[in-house]
Amino acid sequence: MADASTLLVLWPVLIPIATAALTALLWSSPVAQRRVGLASLALLLVASLALTMEVMHEGVIAKQFGAWDAPFGISFVADPLSAAMIAISGILAFAVGIFALGDIKERHERAGFHPLFHGLMAGVNGAFLTGDIFNLYVWFEVMLITTLGLLVVQRGKAQIDGALKYAAMNLFGTILFLIAVALLYGATGTLNMADLARILPQMEMSPGLTASALLFLAAFGIKAGVFPLFFWLPASYHTAPIAIAALFAGLLTKVGVYAAFRVFTLMFEMEGGALREIVAVVAAMTMITGVFGAAVQWNVRRILSFHIISQIGYMLMGLAIATPVAIAGAVFYIVHHIIVKANLFLLAGAIKHAAGTDDLRKAGGLLRSHPWLAVLFLIPALSLAGLPPLSGFWAKFLVIDASLREEVWWLAAVALAVGALTLFSMSKIWMEAFWKKPALVRATPRTVPVAFVVPIALLGAVTLTIGLFADPFVEYARTATAVLVDPTDYIAAVFPGDAPVRTVETEVPVIAIEGAVE
Amino acid sequence: MTLIYALAIAAYVGCGLYMMLSRHAVRMILGLTLLTNGAIFLIFLSGRVGTTTPPVIPQGAEALAADAANALPQALVLTAIVIGFALTSFAVALVLEAHRSLGTLDVREMRDAERLGAPDPSPATSVKTHG
Repeated sequence: MADASTLLVLWPVLIPIATAALTALLWSSPVAQRRVGLASLALLLVASLALTMEVMHEGVIAKQFGAWDAPFGISFVADPLSAAMIAISGILAFAVGIFALGDIKERHERAGFHPLFHGLMAGVNGAFLTGDIFNLYVWFEVMLITTLGLLVVQRGKAQIDGALKYAAMNLFGTILFLIAVALLYGATGTLNMADLARILPQMEMSPGLTASALLFLAAFGIKAGVFPLFFWLPASYHTAPIAIAALFAGLLTKVGVYAAFRVFTLMFEMEGGALREIVAVVAAMTMITGVFGAAVQWNVRRILSFHIISQIGYMLMGLAIATPVAIAGAVFYIVHHIIVKANLFLLAGAIKHAAGTDDLRKAGGLLRSHPWLAVLFLIPALSLAGLPPLSGFWAKFLVIDASLREEVWWLAAVALAVGALTLFSMSKIWMEAFWKKPALVRATPRTVPVAFVVPIALLGAVTLTIGLFADPFVEYARTATAVLVDPTDYIAAVFPGDAPVRTVETEVPVIAIEGAVE
Repeated sequence: MTLIYALAIAAYVGCGLYMMLSRHAVRMILGLTLLTNGAIFLIFLSGRVGTTTPPVIPQGAEALAADAANALPQALVLTAIVIGFALTSFAVALVLEAHRSLGTLDVREMRDAERLGAPDPSPATSVKTHG
C-alpha cells in the first residue's frame, strides 16, 4: 500500500503540520519562522500540483491509515474534486505567504501568525482529503481553532468583538455537524464515506436519516455563509489583517461548499424530499442578500466580504439543480472563485496601502498614481462580475446554462440580475478608488511593496489562464463531476478487494486510529 | 432506558439552545458546553448502550464475542470531549479578553467590529483600532 502514489495523498497535510510545529519551536525568531514558512509553502505547492497530476493520470487514489483496511481505519481519498481543491489552495497559500511578507507585522508574528497559518492549511487540506465523516469533523475543528487564533493576532477591540461573533456561530455549527454525524452513525453503523455511499442508497429515509441530512445542510451552510446563516461573516472578516482575510475569503467558506458537495453527492441524494427546493431557495436568497449587503457599504473590505456570500449562492445553485452539467459548472465556479476572491482582498490591501485608507469616499486618483494597479484590479473585478473572456464568465455561463436546460427560469434570472449588481459594486470600487479625483493629492505617491504586487500578478495570471484556456479546466470539472455523480471509482479506490457490505452489529474497535488523529 | 436517555439528551440540548440565545457572553458559553455534552451523549446512544461485555478478543479466539460492547463510540466521544474542552477554553479566554478590552459582557453593547468601516460614520468611528 505504501507506494509513492498513495504517499502523495499525505504530503498536503503532513507538510503544513510539520511546519506549524517547526515554526512554533522557532517562536522567538520571527525571521526564521518567515523563511521556514515560505519554503514550506513552496514545497506544499509542489506537493499539491504533484498530487493533482497523479490523480489526473491514475484516477482516484486512496490511503488507509495504520494499515487498517476500510471501513475500520481512517481513509484519505484524493478524487479529481479534492485534488483540484488541494492544488488551488496550494497556489493560494503560496500567494498569501508572499503577500504576508509585506503585510504581516512583527507583532502579528509574535502573536503566532506562522504556526496558525500552517495549522489552518493542514485543516483545510485535511478536510479536502479525508474519506471519513468523523475525521472531517475533526479537520473542521482544526480549521476553526486556527481561524479564531488568526482573527485575534491583532488584539484590537474590533478584532476581539469580531472573533467572539465568529466563534459563537461557528462553534454552534460544528455542534450541529457532530449531532448529524451521531445520527448518521446510529442509523448506518459506519463513518467511512465510501462505505456510506454503498449502504445509504439501499436504506429507506428514516426520520433519523432525514434529520441527519438537514443538520449536515445547516452545519455546512453556516460554514459556507449561506442565507440566513451568514451573519458571522461580515461581522468578522473585515477586522483581520488583509493577508489573513484573503486566506479566509478564498478558502474557509469554500470548505463548507466542498463538504456539502461531498455529502450530498456521495452519501445523500438531492432527489426526493424537499432538499432540492430548499437548496434552490437558499441559493437565490444568498445571492440576493449578499449583493445588496455589499451595495450599501463604502469600505472595500466590507464590500468584498458581502460579495463572498453572494458568490456562494452561485455554487449552491449548481447543487440545487444537481444535473451533471450543473455540478460541473459549480466545481469550475469554486476553483475560479477561490483565486478571484482572494486576489480582490489582496488588492484591497494594495488599495489601502496606496490610498492610505480603505474607505472609498476618502480614496481616489489611483489610476493616475498607480496605473498598473488599476489593470491588476480589473482582471479579478471583471472576472467576479462575469465578463468575458475572464474565468468568471465561463463559471457563470456553465451554472446558468445548466439551470436553463432544466428550465429553472427564476433561478437563472436571479443569477443574471445578481451578476449585473456585482458589476455595479466592482465599478463603484473602480470609480471611487481609481478614477475620481482624490480628496487630497499627495506630493509623493505611496509606492506599493513588491511583496504585494507579485502575488496579485500571480493570481491574476491564473485567472487569465482559466479564462483564456477554459477548455481543459471545463474538461477537468466534467471528470470530477463524473466521479461525484457515479461514486463507483471512489468506492473501488477505498475498497480495492471489494469487501462485502457489513451489517450494523459487526463493529470492530478503531480506538488507536481515532485517537491518533485528534 | 433508551427513552430516558433520549429525554435527557433533549433536556441538555434544549437548555443549551436556550442559554445560547442569551445576550450574556458567559451564558452563551455555558449553553455551548451543554450543547456539546448533548451531542456527546447522542454519539453514545447511537452506539447502542446496553451490553457491558468488554470488546476484547479472548485468547485463542479469532473474532469478538457476539454480545461485546461497541467500543467505537468511546473513541469518538473521547475525541469530541478533547476538542470540546479546547474550544471551550479558547471561548472562555476570548470572553475574558472581551470583558477586559470592551468593558462589557452584553453582546448588544459589543459594536466595535460593526463600527470599523461602517457606511454611516458615527462619532465613535474616529476610534481607530486597525492598522
